[in-house]
Amino acid sequence: MATEPNKSAGAQKDSKHGFVYLPLIAGWLVPGAGHFLLRKWGRGALLAASILGMFGLGLAMQGKLYGGARDMLDLLGLAGDLGNGLLYIVSRVLGLGADQVMVTTADYGTRFIVVAGLLNVIAAVDAHNLRTGRKA
Amino acid sequence: MFRPSHFAAVVLFALFASVVFGITQRETPRRMIRYGIYCFVLFVGSAIVLSWVMFLIAR
Repeated sequence: MATEPNKSAGAQKDSKHGFVYLPLIAGWLVPGAGHFLLRKWGRGALLAASILGMFGLGLAMQGKLYGGARDMLDLLGLAGDLGNGLLYIVSRVLGLGADQVMVTTADYGTRFIVVAGLLNVIAAVDAHNLRTGRKA
Repeated sequence: MFRPSHFAAVVLFALFASVVFGITQRETPRRMIRYGIYCFVLFVGSAIVLSWVMFLIAR
C-alpha cells in the first residue's frame, strides 16, 4: 500500500527530467503528445480525440488548407492551420483539403481546421504549464 | 463528403472546443467537467439565441 504513492511520485519525477520545452513542442507537433509525455494519459487522449476529430471533420467537409497568404485574413488562417503541427504538414503533402471553398459546408470545414490548430496550441501550452509546475 | 446541417456543425464544434477548454482551463477533474459542460451550454445556447434574434430581425 505504501509503495503506490512512492511509485507514482517516482514516475512523476521521471517525466519532469529533460528538456523543459519538449512537452510544448511534442504537443504542437502531435495533438495530445505533450500530455502523454507527462503521463497524463486521460487528458492527452481526450485532447487528441477532440483535436484530431475536429481536424478530420474539417477535411471531411472539404475544408480549405491555407497554403499561402495573399491578404491579412489568409495570413490569420495560415497561422491557425500551422497550429496543427504535423497534421497540417502531412495533409498538405498528401494534397488533402480543398483548394477553394465551393459549398457552405466547406466553409464550416475551413473554420474547423483553423480552430483545431488554435485548440492544439492551447493544449500544447497547457502541457508546458504542467511541465513547469505552473499547473497541477 | 460530410455535409452536416448548420446546427449539427455548431454542436460538433461546441463539443470539441468544450472538451479542450475544460481540460486546459481548470485543474481538477471535477472542475474540468463542470467547466466543459458550462462552455458547451454557452456555445450552443448563444447560437440558438442569436439565431432567433436574427430570425426576428429579418421578419
